[in-house]
Amino acid sequence: MELTLNHYLILSTILFCIGLIGVMRRKNLLMLFFATEILLNAVNVGMAAISHYRGDYTGQMFAFFIIAIAASEVAVGLGLLVVWYKRTGKIDLDQMTSMRG
Amino acid sequence: MELYLYTALFSPLVGSLIAGLFGASRKTSFTGLLTSGLLLTSFISSVILLTYVMAGHTVHVEMMTWIATGDLYIPFGFVVDQVSVTMMMVVTTVSTVVHIYSIGYMSHDKGFNRFFSYLSAFVFSMMVLVMSDNFLGLFIGWEGVGLCSWLLIGFWYHKESATWAANEAFIMNRIADLAMLIGIFMIYWNLGSLQYDVVFAHISILPMPVITWIGIFLFIGAMGKSAQFPLHTWLADAMEGPTPVSALIHAATMVTAGVYLVVRANPIYSEIPDVGNAIAALGAFVAMFAATMALVNRDMKRIIAYSTLSQLGYMFVAAGLGAYWVALFHLMAHAFFKALLFLGAGNVMHAMHDELDPFKMGGLKTSMKWTWILMTLASVALAGIYPLAGFFSKDLILEVAFVEQHYILYSVLLITAGMTAFYSFRLVALIFHGDKRHLEHGIHPHEAYTFMLYAMAPLAILAVISGMVFKTPYYLMVTELLPAVQYHIHNHTTFWIMTIGTQLFVILAIAYAYKKYAKAVKVDKKVESGFFYQLLYNQYYIPKIYDEVFSKPYLQLSKLAWKEIDLKIVDAIVDGIANTIYRTGEKTHTMQNGNLSSMLRWMVIGLVVLLVLAVAFTAGYNAVNLQAM
Repeated sequence: MELTLNHYLILSTILFCIGLIGVMRRKNLLMLFFATEILLNAVNVGMAAISHYRGDYTGQMFAFFIIAIAASEVAVGLGLLVVWYKRTGKIDLDQMTSMRG
Repeated sequence: MELYLYTALFSPLVGSLIAGLFGASRKTSFTGLLTSGLLLTSFISSVILLTYVMAGHTVHVEMMTWIATGDLYIPFGFVVDQVSVTMMMVVTTVSTVVHIYSIGYMSHDKGFNRFFSYLSAFVFSMMVLVMSDNFLGLFIGWEGVGLCSWLLIGFWYHKESATWAANEAFIMNRIADLAMLIGIFMIYWNLGSLQYDVVFAHISILPMPVITWIGIFLFIGAMGKSAQFPLHTWLADAMEGPTPVSALIHAATMVTAGVYLVVRANPIYSEIPDVGNAIAALGAFVAMFAATMALVNRDMKRIIAYSTLSQLGYMFVAAGLGAYWVALFHLMAHAFFKALLFLGAGNVMHAMHDELDPFKMGGLKTSMKWTWILMTLASVALAGIYPLAGFFSKDLILEVAFVEQHYILYSVLLITAGMTAFYSFRLVALIFHGDKRHLEHGIHPHEAYTFMLYAMAPLAILAVISGMVFKTPYYLMVTELLPAVQYHIHNHTTFWIMTIGTQLFVILAIAYAYKKYAKAVKVDKKVESGFFYQLLYNQYYIPKIYDEVFSKPYLQLSKLAWKEIDLKIVDAIVDGIANTIYRTGEKTHTMQNGNLSSMLRWMVIGLVVLLVLAVAFTAGYNAVNLQAM
């Protein structure tokens, strides 16, 4: 069996759904970051696959950009997380309600 | 000469603006002095222009383009010719006097600066009105004086009656102005221009009905401004304003704007003698109608206001019969002695602590000698006794009616002349002669400031000499522009019988007024409860009729519109929209509970919704486009 574009896109969709469920269900901030990473990489898989399929490298370029941005996002996010943990001793989402409208 | 024209026109505006800057602050004497000084400048410029015009020239300037679009071209143009220079002289003379007088009259008023700002703004509007070289400029001045009249009648705005009177005057004038605007539109529609010289040169080529309608509509405008029946009620109520305002606006200048319009538009009215006759008939009717109301009234200022109304009627008789120069001449003479009369009444009011009922005065000639002399002089001039101004101007109108063989008009005006003499001297007798009834009310009168009396002196001199001295030079000057018709009764016997007869009649009326009111005032209960007395005292019940026929139904209609339409439909819709939005917000603000994971859930839901919409839209778009292909 040969791997076609559809296989990659299905993989990408499955990953995206897993990430989405993770974003919705997880209460732990660290787990939320993991779920976000899964979301981003699901998109990366899709980008790279379509790029290869069309023979156009723009999509792969984009994937690199997304990786770079995701890395910096995680760096900032983890930094904030560490500070938050130091101040409160918890990283539970349900207790972060200072932004209540 | 252009410089003098602009000086005459814009000095009052400058004064008004400067005084207006201090309008909200406390009394500062310099605003009064400054505006009076600028008015004097304007007066001197007008005199220079008068000499220039007397030498046979006219000045016509186009200051700038005002409206230029398509075929419509209206400049800010001003013209100083024989007619407008007459009006300029009247306006600047009376307003200078009134400004100086007001410095004394308003000296204790909190709104001193505001008053001078309004008063000068009025003079500026009036100058625009008389100097404009086209109908639209005249209309701007017309509205400007209407606005200033409203501001000044309602000057003491904390008084309910003053604001009511101001609104009444404003609304009545707007009704008439609508007709005037229609007249102006008709002129433009048919002739394509609003410049006086173009319009008057081409008016005769229009079909008769069009000229007639133009004449009628313009005259309705004049009726509103000059308070002719049936739009007359505002003038008497306008006496709520300060007395100098009554003297300047509601006696000498603004109310004569209607006469000015008819005189200015004389080429139009010469084409339509039937309308002219109707104007004359209405004028005669108003002259008598107003004089009868003045006979019994018990309010000093209202009596003089009715007298103004009556004299305006005289002017319209002359203008309607084609004697335009006579109308303008009476306008001028009347402005001088009527303003004098009003200013005298202002002195009396001050002395009497704003009491207006002459039956509560009496015997003031000892304490207010000069006011007594000035008011008597003005009344004699008004009654038309030789050789004062009224004799020359008012008797001339009688002669016009006689020469033109309108004997009914003549008799009406003659009887009115008798009434005029009677009510004028009834007022003088009640105020200045007889018992000092005011002592019962604990009032100790005092004469006005000396400079106020000096300010009135020029008017007194003009009231005496303006008829005798000015008549011939005025006639020679103004008939360069207006039809030169001499009104002479050729039969000498008839002439002398008429002149002496009129004089005797008037003198008898004066003597009767003195006899009845100068000694002790006997109140004749039988006469006062009689039908005619009550009819006249209640101003023919016309204010009541207007109230019942127009005001009250209108109030009902307004209430209906308010309660049924506004509250139940318009407000309901607006409130409904607001309430829906408010309730939506109320319900949905729980979304923002601050919990990150529930917010993320909402975000996902939003994403899904947008995705579905995008897919549905793309599918629909493709379906439509494919069909089209």
